[in-house]
Amino acid sequence: MRTRLMAAAMVAAGALTLAACSSDDDPGDGGTGDGGGGGGDTIRIGIKFDQPGLGFKDGDTYTGFDVDVAKYVAGELGYTEDQIEFVESPSAQRETMLQNGQVDLIFATYSITDERKEVVSFAGPYFVAGQDLLVAADDTTITGPEDLEGKNLCSVTGSTSAQRIKDEYAAGTNLLEQPGYSECVTALTAGTVDAVTTDDIILAGLASIPANEGKVKVVGNPFSEENYGVGMPKDSDRCQAVTDAITKMLGDGAWQKALDDNVGASGYVPNADLNPPEPAACE
Amino acid sequence: MSGSVLFDAPGPRARRRMVWVNLVATIVVAGIGAYALVLLNEKGQLDAALWKPLFTANAWQNFFLPGLKQTLVAAGLSIVTAGIFGFVFGLGRLSASRTVRWLAGGVVEFFRAVPVLIMMVFFYMALPRLDLISPPDVPLVSVVLGLTLYNGAVFAELVRSGVHNLPRGQREAALAIGLRRPQSLRLVEVPQALIAMLPAIASQLVVILKDTALGAIVTYPELLSAARRFGSGNGNILQSLVIAALVFILINWLLTRVAEALAGRVGRRTAGRARVEAPSMAVETATS
Amino acid sequence: MDDFGSLFDEFDVLGAFWVNIQLTFWAAIFAMVLGTLLAVMRISPVPSLRWAGTTYVTLLRNTPLTVIIVFCVLGLWGQLGITLSSDFQRNFFWLSVLGLTVYHAAFVCEALRSGVNTVPVGQAEAARAIGLDFGASARLVILPQAFRGAVAPLGNVLIALTKNSTVAAAGSVAETSGLMREMIEFRPDVIVAIFLIFAIGFVILVVPMGLATTSLSRRWSVAR
Repeated sequence: MRTRLMAAAMVAAGALTLAACSSDDDPGDGGTGDGGGGGGDTIRIGIKFDQPGLGFKDGDTYTGFDVDVAKYVAGELGYTEDQIEFVESPSAQRETMLQNGQVDLIFATYSITDERKEVVSFAGPYFVAGQDLLVAADDTTITGPEDLEGKNLCSVTGSTSAQRIKDEYAAGTNLLEQPGYSECVTALTAGTVDAVTTDDIILAGLASIPANEGKVKVVGNPFSEENYGVGMPKDSDRCQAVTDAITKMLGDGAWQKALDDNVGASGYVPNADLNPPEPAACE
Repeated sequence: MSGSVLFDAPGPRARRRMVWVNLVATIVVAGIGAYALVLLNEKGQLDAALWKPLFTANAWQNFFLPGLKQTLVAAGLSIVTAGIFGFVFGLGRLSASRTVRWLAGGVVEFFRAVPVLIMMVFFYMALPRLDLISPPDVPLVSVVLGLTLYNGAVFAELVRSGVHNLPRGQREAALAIGLRRPQSLRLVEVPQALIAMLPAIASQLVVILKDTALGAIVTYPELLSAARRFGSGNGNILQSLVIAALVFILINWLLTRVAEALAGRVGRRTAGRARVEAPSMAVETATS
Repeated sequence: MDDFGSLFDEFDVLGAFWVNIQLTFWAAIFAMVLGTLLAVMRISPVPSLRWAGTTYVTLLRNTPLTVIIVFCVLGLWGQLGITLSSDFQRNFFWLSVLGLTVYHAAFVCEALRSGVNTVPVGQAEAARAIGLDFGASARLVILPQAFRGAVAPLGNVLIALTKNSTVAAAGSVAETSGLMREMIEFRPDVIVAIFLIFAIGFVILVVPMGLATTSLSRRWSVAR
């Protein structure tokens, strides 16, 4: 074991320079190859492991809206639930994992943007989220981002959602950045911050945890548009099949049920003007 | 244990004064602690509902114990490989050949400088392209490689400075009985240097163990991320982190103990009464 | 090369590094003071002081730094309402400095104990023989030599502190690691360039520290 690791270390150290030189120019060909790696008998799907209500690993079971959509889509692609291998894909690693073929599909609150389209492909959207606020259940003073002037707002490190509020709505907002949203909710229930901000469905997932039920609520006044898509390696041949699966899910009631099961407990209702969404055609 | 050369055993008056000072200090510390608990209680952080989920089978079977296992696996592998790396490059820095010294020095200074997290992410991105390791092993290997390179460099530096601080007589005696320089280093100087540097080395072992937590960013499912995950799912992140911290304190304390015991054995195996000569004032680390 | 230029225009990389430098500067000073105090406690004649020093090191050194900083912010400020500055953002800066200080002081203490281990017992005996009490022999004889023997481990602590200052992101301080995450989030197309910028930045900051402490530890080592 040790010698194998040492050998791996040597090789890796040797490859250090090579990889550093070449990795800039090959995002195009890195991805699609691994889809059939297991002979087509399993599919590796990237989800969040730590976002209750969306993608959460609880022992050996996976729960959340993203997970339910992933299971439905995988089923339409011809995979049973046993053939799905869920892999954690944190925000910072999503593009890398697709480019390296570590996952075949990603369902992880993955917003479709032009920069990301440079390196990966998307199907969908399967949900349109919007930036919103989570506030104490008895708070009636905050109904939108403009009300945050002089108040304390929490968001996670490295996300610009809080900065957007400061720049566009209320310049006098005090920002607290934390490693995760759960820390933010702790500060919110302790009364040291007045609101938590990120995509509404993520907030709804947090508000649906039994421990938080009745203590916090989603304001329900989204002020941005985040199109959650299914990430896949660039120019994957699965795009059309995934799009068809999403269209079917939106039509047969399974989509609504997944939403109600996972984030319904918070009383959250998604932005009705944009949901259910219309999946875009594959390019 | 009691006989430090730094001071006389305190007399009756000094002892009485100590008792009073201890009493006052204890009361002050306990008072601050109690006040903090009262405040925390007012904020509801001591509610049973937040603590209870932590003492269920689910919490330990599905979160803390699997996380702890992953932490120990990564730390164990990294300690061994970093130890080898540090020993090799530490000797390299003490080599008689200028080229070897210079090369080893360059490697050590570089890997001490690059943040571990960035190394881990780099390996995580680069390894799959080489296709040597099956994808599920990539996070572990990335974590171990990152920890090995950084901590190995730190160990190398400790070996070097430990040897430099030894009395010159040690090497002179080794050479006088006919050992070559590499033999003198390996058999006489480095073992003593390790004992002198033991507190710093023990610190570094603890750092390795805790830095496995950085692996969370490359999806390595270690203890701290398991605790965070449990805390997010149950709305008790602070409580969950307290438990994780306690587990870390416990295993790190055990690890330090093991390191000290090992060093004690090395100490007995080296040339006679090494400890009397160099690291004589080790107060807490002396094992006998 | 265009990638690098546009990234520097788009994001305030240098400003973020400046924050890390400030965090490191203050935490290094405070940790040095506190760590020296702890080291003296651990070799002192008073059993309770030795016990307190050992307990401090065991507790603080063995807790992950992220947890310490989260507790400083969410615990001290979030729950107990302790503030170190009236300015909202500045408060987090100082709370993070506090977290970095209490954590690294434990490492400074252990580095110094390594240094004390390199002082031959004859030095202490000589100090006692000429009638110095504990305070005087520690201050005039043991610690000055211990510092020289501890330059390398102390250098390691300083280097670790510099890099650990990125953990202050957990304390709501806008510094490099948060900026790096933000840049990856928005420019995944140039992820390699982003990593290179931060790796090189730290190499530039840390390599001089490494070289300086290595050469100092050589120059100051007591000839015996």
